[in-house]
Amino acid sequence: MAKYLLLKHYRGAPAPVNNVPMDQWTPEEVSAHMQYMHDFAARLEETGEFVEGQALAPEGTFVRYDGEGRPPITDGPFAETKDLIAGWMVIDVDSYERAVELAGELSAAPGAGGKPIHEWLEVRPFLAAPPTITE
Amino acid sequence: MNEALLRSLTPSVLGILVRRGADFAAAEDAVQDALVQAINAWPADPPRDPKGWLVTVAWHRFLDAARADAARRRREDLAGEEPAPGPAPAVDDTLQLYFLCAHPSLTPASAVALTLRAVGGLTTRQIAQAYLVPEATMAQRISRAKRTVAGVRFDQPGDVATVLRVLYLVFNEGYSGDVDLAAEAIRLTRQLAAAIDHPEVAGLLALMLLHHARRAARIAPDGTLVPLAEQDRGRWDTALIAEGIGILQAALARDRLGEFQAQAAIAALHADARTAEETDWVQIVEWYDELARLTDSPIVRLNRAVAVGEADGPRAGLAALAALDSSLPRYTAVAAYLHERAGDLATAARLYAEAAHQAPNLAERGHLTRQAARLNALGPPR
Repeated sequence: MAKYLLLKHYRGAPAPVNNVPMDQWTPEEVSAHMQYMHDFAARLEETGEFVEGQALAPEGTFVRYDGEGRPPITDGPFAETKDLIAGWMVIDVDSYERAVELAGELSAAPGAGGKPIHEWLEVRPFLAAPPTITE
Repeated sequence: MNEALLRSLTPSVLGILVRRGADFAAAEDAVQDALVQAINAWPADPPRDPKGWLVTVAWHRFLDAARADAARRRREDLAGEEPAPGPAPAVDDTLQLYFLCAHPSLTPASAVALTLRAVGGLTTRQIAQAYLVPEATMAQRISRAKRTVAGVRFDQPGDVATVLRVLYLVFNEGYSGDVDLAAEAIRLTRQLAAAIDHPEVAGLLALMLLHHARRAARIAPDGTLVPLAEQDRGRWDTALIAEGIGILQAALARDRLGEFQAQAAIAALHADARTAEETDWVQIVEWYDELARLTDSPIVRLNRAVAVGEADGPRAGLAALAALDSSLPRYTAVAAYLHERAGDLATAARLYAEAAHQAPNLAERGHLTRQAARLNALGPPR
């Protein structure tokens, strides 16, 4: 088994096919989208492939160390940041192919007009612990 | 086996161990061990005296641990005392435990965790699941909390207000995972109300019962939030409402008003209305005025602006809102609602979308996005 991160972007990914902002959908389409995401996670729990999922608020702050005894420096939020992460799902699957298959299903979540959004999700493998047997 | 009975015995068993001279941290560990043992042993072999059983087992666990721990002289002193299981001044012990677990030196998260374990009798695993953190993290949080209160004398009177804040936090966490924290908070507040006669304890209990009564109507089958005005009031739990109102009336009659009684009074006025239209908003505004006097909280003033919008019209609500800091949480959502009521649908749609962007949780984000979508679907701004 190997763990993969399915990463969803507010900004920074190529534009989806069905590219209509959510507040321009009907309320029923918003509900259907959320139900799809919920059902998807529930199904992966049943297959034993779900690890966790989280959503992030859009606004963040950059922070860095500013020397001994000084408070950290903060900057942002930056309205123009190119890449903005919306949330993620971590899955634990048998193969890279399975990870891609699941990301494809998640990307089919319905949007405006009840049609799939075809949104781009980023699939990133976790760096695993070294194996016990190496020779 | 009745887990509720088992857990209700936790604080008095722990209190007995502490009174016998065990330090709080070690006694608390011993009681956890005894609880786990009871869960395994009682179904096949139920004890005649459950509390006596727990005291005996926990005390032996404590002595075993003390032996293993080296404190040689102290251990011999304790081992010389013959434990006598049986009734003890349970009420006082329980109250002291509440005070200790909500001690002002603890952070809110630590006080919550310690209260759920030492007073509530939940296992570390259950608490970790409820707060969605790893069990090892929760175990550390609890043991650090116990170290923090190690020097606090068990017989010092505490501050009821700190205990109420902890119970309020537990209740507000609601429901996630296997443990129903709202129900647990109500159980613990009932137990506290039985241990101390205090109008604000009664006020908090009433507040919890009145909100808990709406739970079935508050979340739609698809997990989305249903606002108060749209809830199916037939699904409210009338028995809980009646109980909450009874407790509140008795508390208010004592004429020692506090913030929880005032909040419960507002919840009671909502519970009294058979339909959203029948809500007595004028009285609700008056209670918000009381609450603002008691707490001076900007959140209260924000809620008051909503109530003013209902009592005196959306323009009056917007005027009340204008006096507040626009960076307050949910300010934008309230502004959107009042603008919609005032007929300015384009502004309302824009503000709902903005509020969704700032929403602190997914349920609210979904709700606010749907509000924006609903108004945008009506067509271009008129």
